[in-house]
Amino acid sequence: MPEAVEPKILAIFCNWCTYLAADLAGTSRIKYPANIRVVRVMCSGRVDPQFVMDAFAKGADGVLIGGCHPGDCHYQEGNYKCLRRFELLRRMVREMGIEDERFRLEWISASEGERLRTVVTDMVEKIRPLGPRQTLTEVTQ
Amino acid sequence: MSEEIRTGVYTCHCGSNIAATVDVKAVAEYAAKLPNVVVSRDYKYMCSDPGQDLIKQDIREHKLNRIVVASCSPHLHEHTFRTALAKGGLNEFFFQMVNIREQDSWVHADKPAATAKAIDLIRAAVCRVALQKPLTKGSIPIHPSVLVVGGGIAGIHAALTLANAGKKVYLVEREPTIGGHMAKFDKTFPTLDCAACILTPKMSSVRAHPNITLWSYSEVTQVDGYVGNFKVTVTRKPRYIMEDLCAGCLECIEACVYKDGKFVDDFNMGLSKRKPIYIPFPQAIPQVPVIDPETCIDFKTGKCKKSCVEACGERHAINLKMKETTEIIDVGTIILSTGFQVFDAHRSPEFGYGIYPNVYTALEIERLVNASGPTSGEVVLRDGKRPKSVAIIHCVGSRDEKTNRWCSRVCCMYSLKLAHLLKEHTDAEIFNFYIDIRTPGKGFEEFYQKLRNEGVHFIRGKVAEVTDWAFDPSEEGKLVIRVEDTLLGFARRIPVDMVVLATGLEPHADAQEVRRRFNLTCSSEGFFLERHPKLAPVSTFTDGVFLAGACQSPKDIPDTVAQAGAAAAEALALIDAGHVEIEPNTAFVLEEDCSGCRTCIPMCPFSAITFSEETKLASINQALCKGCGTCVASCPSGSIVQNLYDDEEIFAEIEGVLSNA
Repeated sequence: MPEAVEPKILAIFCNWCTYLAADLAGTSRIKYPANIRVVRVMCSGRVDPQFVMDAFAKGADGVLIGGCHPGDCHYQEGNYKCLRRFELLRRMVREMGIEDERFRLEWISASEGERLRTVVTDMVEKIRPLGPRQTLTEVTQ
Repeated sequence: MSEEIRTGVYTCHCGSNIAATVDVKAVAEYAAKLPNVVVSRDYKYMCSDPGQDLIKQDIREHKLNRIVVASCSPHLHEHTFRTALAKGGLNEFFFQMVNIREQDSWVHADKPAATAKAIDLIRAAVCRVALQKPLTKGSIPIHPSVLVVGGGIAGIHAALTLANAGKKVYLVEREPTIGGHMAKFDKTFPTLDCAACILTPKMSSVRAHPNITLWSYSEVTQVDGYVGNFKVTVTRKPRYIMEDLCAGCLECIEACVYKDGKFVDDFNMGLSKRKPIYIPFPQAIPQVPVIDPETCIDFKTGKCKKSCVEACGERHAINLKMKETTEIIDVGTIILSTGFQVFDAHRSPEFGYGIYPNVYTALEIERLVNASGPTSGEVVLRDGKRPKSVAIIHCVGSRDEKTNRWCSRVCCMYSLKLAHLLKEHTDAEIFNFYIDIRTPGKGFEEFYQKLRNEGVHFIRGKVAEVTDWAFDPSEEGKLVIRVEDTLLGFARRIPVDMVVLATGLEPHADAQEVRRRFNLTCSSEGFFLERHPKLAPVSTFTDGVFLAGACQSPKDIPDTVAQAGAAAAEALALIDAGHVEIEPNTAFVLEEDCSGCRTCIPMCPFSAITFSEETKLASINQALCKGCGTCVASCPSGSIVQNLYDDEEIFAEIEGVLSNA
């Protein structure tokens, strides 16, 4: 049985939608678990697959990418590019023995502070029972 | 790097906003021990003058060359602190901001967890800032013309302000006339000014102003470009009457084969009929009729004797073959003043709108009490009789879990105004049914008191239903209001002749489409979102696009006009500055590493990347690059670098966040 730990989730949010949703959650005093650490990029299209791999390699228990809803990208279509990369990357992440719950891409608009809470809370609740993430070496052994 | 990194970390208390949930002292002590950190301080309000002075002083005294401030969102004060760096003699991009308020202390209750999070984020920023490079902001020129979208009172006021300042303004209105909702009102609260007397002169000024190009019956269909340099496509619908030839004599309307109006007149809220060729109201601007092809016999059958064309005669202003046209204009700034739509009372069937003929919406009553309305100001029921008693139901489509949750702000006051006007016109007994009376404006409370003295009844309670089911003879033939009077504490039945629904304000049905066209965000209700509710109330997240009026949130005429003035001032400030500074977060190609694979080229939505057949290398046009970084993430050889969001900076941030994991 995996022991209960507080998972640490690296979140990469786009500047125009999800980062603003996180700000809105703040100004609305919406409470959610303190497990995420947000890195801001201008667009979810900026998320290099290496950022995700690096985060898992450095011990993140989960990676959450947040972008604008389809059609709403501040740069027209960066979020679609992100989605394409995400689908490919997810297969790779799976191959490495990392559970699907640990890697998510969510569309959260600037007005969806409440949705940010739902997503973060859900992700934390799903990751917590999985316990600490095993490293690739541990999985192959 | 040869230069020694000397970082200063400043953790803000924000009064108790941060300090109540994050152990600021512990955070500052921790930060002091991080690599490269020379100074670590905590201070009550970092954004204040003394807070900024701390940074400037430390830059000088401790030879700091990197600054980290842990406080609120960078969207709020990044600019403030960057300016402090610049004043302290440091490149403003040697700065990283840590958001420990909106994204930490305000969203977490557990102090140790919030403190641990703040520590992680500050460590990440300290790692990142060491790798940041000095940058210079770009500068782009601002085209001096302005586009104003929506010709209600907000758009009119903004356009006139700008035009009077000598700027070229394009005013685009979707309806055949400008004037918006205000043109339908009889009087305005609380002064009971005649709406037409204050609006129509402004409308004429728009028409006459040499700096304003008015395109009514037109819509913005495409917006390209960016602040200072927008290219806007306006589609002009055919009104079948040439504006430049029409003299506004309206004889064509007189001459129409329909002797009387036969079709629903939208301007009068369906309370009167119009002909296929019509002018929305006598003072419409432009003074040019419009032909509705849906109802015109000639368009439907091709067999009309075209008496309108005959009446126009030598002028030849009527052109039944008119086609839709497009105009493409260059503007530097845009003001959106697209207004609101009125809540559709059918959505709250308990109030009987559309079921009982004598249930009206407030806007219908505006037309009924209006001297230029369908009844010339005579307030009569559908059967022509004068009402002896009237119920005004507040908050229809406002403050209601089933429909719209927000307060529409204007309904209390316009209900009071209508109560006064109805009483004046009919001497009827007036009952207001309200949840709360909200009169927080200049002269509003006094107006409420005046109404109470006039003998208007106020009953506190949310109306359960409007019914024609009579329980006793006194209710026969009447509409009965069933309500719990929450001040008396029992349920009441009040029979009346006429019911007025104080319908709320909501975003236009196509607000989402418009939002996308102008690259804006909406608040959760669907109104356009301002950049900051207090610091940038008319700006948006798209630079160069400003908001005015009820498209941003419900507001009354004084607030709308004030906001329109503010939006015009913001546009003027940009134009008169002549240029705007832009974030230097563009991407560029490291030529020595580029393999010429062209992966990046289709990634760019702005066609900023080109491939040179000669050198077999990609290059990025700095003027076209918007700095999203999508190409950077796609480059297989890592040869594209984004300023401010360089790979090594982000990797450092990730490592910093997780190094304690």
